[in-house]
Amino acid sequence: MSRVIAVALAACMAACTRTESQPAMGDTGTALDKNSVTLKGSDTMVILGQRWAEDYMKKNRGVTIQVTGGGSGTGIAALINGTTDICESSRPMKDKEKEEVQAKRGAPAVETKVALDALAVYVNGKSSLTEISIPALRKVYLGETTNWKDVGGPNHAIVLYGRENNSGTYGYFKEHVLENKDFAPATQTLAGTSAVVNAVKGDVFGIGYGGIAYLEGIRALKVKKDDTSPAVTPTLDTAQSGEYPISRFLYFYTAGAPVGTAKKFIDWTVGAEGQKVIGDVGYYPLPKAGP
Amino acid sequence: MTGSAMSDSALAKQGAGRGLAYQSRWLERGAEAIVKLVSLASVASVVLILIFVGKEALPILTSPEVHKELNPAQLFLPYPGAGAMWQPVSDVPKYNIIPLFVGTLKVTVVALVVAVPLSVASAIYVCEFAPRSLREYIKPVIELLAGIPSVVIGFFALIVLATWVQRIFGAEHRLNALVAGFGLAFAICPVIFSVSEDALRAVPSSYRTAAVALGSTPSQTLLRVILPAALPGIAASVVLGFGRAIGETMIVVLASGNAALLDASLGHSTRTVTATIAQELGEVVVGSTHYHVLFALGALLFLSTLVVNIAGERIVFGMRRRLGGGP
Repeated sequence: MSRVIAVALAACMAACTRTESQPAMGDTGTALDKNSVTLKGSDTMVILGQRWAEDYMKKNRGVTIQVTGGGSGTGIAALINGTTDICESSRPMKDKEKEEVQAKRGAPAVETKVALDALAVYVNGKSSLTEISIPALRKVYLGETTNWKDVGGPNHAIVLYGRENNSGTYGYFKEHVLENKDFAPATQTLAGTSAVVNAVKGDVFGIGYGGIAYLEGIRALKVKKDDTSPAVTPTLDTAQSGEYPISRFLYFYTAGAPVGTAKKFIDWTVGAEGQKVIGDVGYYPLPKAGP
Repeated sequence: MTGSAMSDSALAKQGAGRGLAYQSRWLERGAEAIVKLVSLASVASVVLILIFVGKEALPILTSPEVHKELNPAQLFLPYPGAGAMWQPVSDVPKYNIIPLFVGTLKVTVVALVVAVPLSVASAIYVCEFAPRSLREYIKPVIELLAGIPSVVIGFFALIVLATWVQRIFGAEHRLNALVAGFGLAFAICPVIFSVSEDALRAVPSSYRTAAVALGSTPSQTLLRVILPAALPGIAASVVLGFGRAIGETMIVVLASGNAALLDASLGHSTRTVTATIAQELGEVVVGSTHYHVLFALGALLFLSTLVVNIAGERIVFGMRRRLGGGP
């Protein structure tokens, strides 16, 4: 009996060691299979990535492009661990993460801007509110303003909806709206932008944020950069010109400069054909002058 | 000729008989070995999971690199100026796990308060009062509830239950501890029901006969004889239900709103340990402090269910002894 346990333990040890050496194995795996590329990361970009993959595969027979979501953090972790070829991210990579890519993959993280997204502030269709300023929005999400009447709504508590902390949307909002302070603990964290949209759809007193592509049954507020500036509706023009204050680039990251199929695919997405797809999904193409 | 043929076939029969006995002995030994191996494998996998989780959680206590960011005591102590907060992605990451455990406890208690009376009462009804024809429908239907995937229950709680609860109780947050607890109750009802029902059924019918012979009414028989005799089994069912509720993930991820608030309100959104692990483990960089904290959460959750199960076992054992070796 004790021998059985000993064998099992040995098997476990072997399994443990294997987990640790996984990144290296991932590397060889992707290098061998040149016609398949994996994309992983941002939930905001998963629909876009899938449309790109479909169109690209239609035009290039024999190429397989696999797209999965999970959040920008998940994608970056996958790039660091070597389990994806391209990481989709809705926020720029942090320096610490770049260092980790360099350390674990032996090549620098290479960034490609692929699209533009305006982060919309959602309210329920029945809400009377039409605009909000960034400082007011910050106070709402920091938990300093807790009643709608303080931002021009009815006398009722504000219900905060947000994203879980592995999402690029969370990171972007935290950095650009909250000035890197912590979200109010009462912020409900939901998995995926569509969950936030659903929640706001069902909650007259709810507020949420997420990609502009998801506006269904809810309304996007006009946003003012500060209390005195004009309120701006998120549109292609206002996002590209930078007039709309919370718009962001969407990124592809690779470990080292992309090669082979991955390079061809990335070049195609930032080219005319790829950029045309973006509009269909609800995001905005890159400004013509180039990022 | 015929005689010799007969003796031949008799011999053959004898030989076959001996062969069969020989064969069946080996078969039996083989089967025994396989069964033993299978049961050992399940024990081994529990041990291996424990080792794995423990190994990943241990750096919280031992690694100096983790200690630069987090002192183990900070898992339980409030952060100066911020209180008891779970904000692992922050300039100053805050890993206070108290709100998570309080959240888990809140939804679990709600689930038990709803599910225990319901399931035990229906077990009593099915076992003691229901006509046989009805019993044959009720029991399988309740047990069918166990077959509903928890993600489906969670989705139902998110879309339908949340709206009802909002309308009835008017809670501040649409997704809250109450909704998640009600959802969990669906998941644990069948567990509590079937174990309680088995316990009631295991009470020897001689007890019933004796009670009736002494002139007890059905309710007296139930309250004074059957229930006390079945109590250890019913207690075990509650412990099992608790274990199932505390470890349930999908329902609470969907229905609780996942805001790590430290308060006693059931109308507020709440975040459980399991939901935290499920939402955050996908993102973390392997080997980071956050990663090890999530494993520590898993280990603590495992320990707490272990303690509850052992305590439950002891209580049940004590009751059984007090009842003089009942069922």
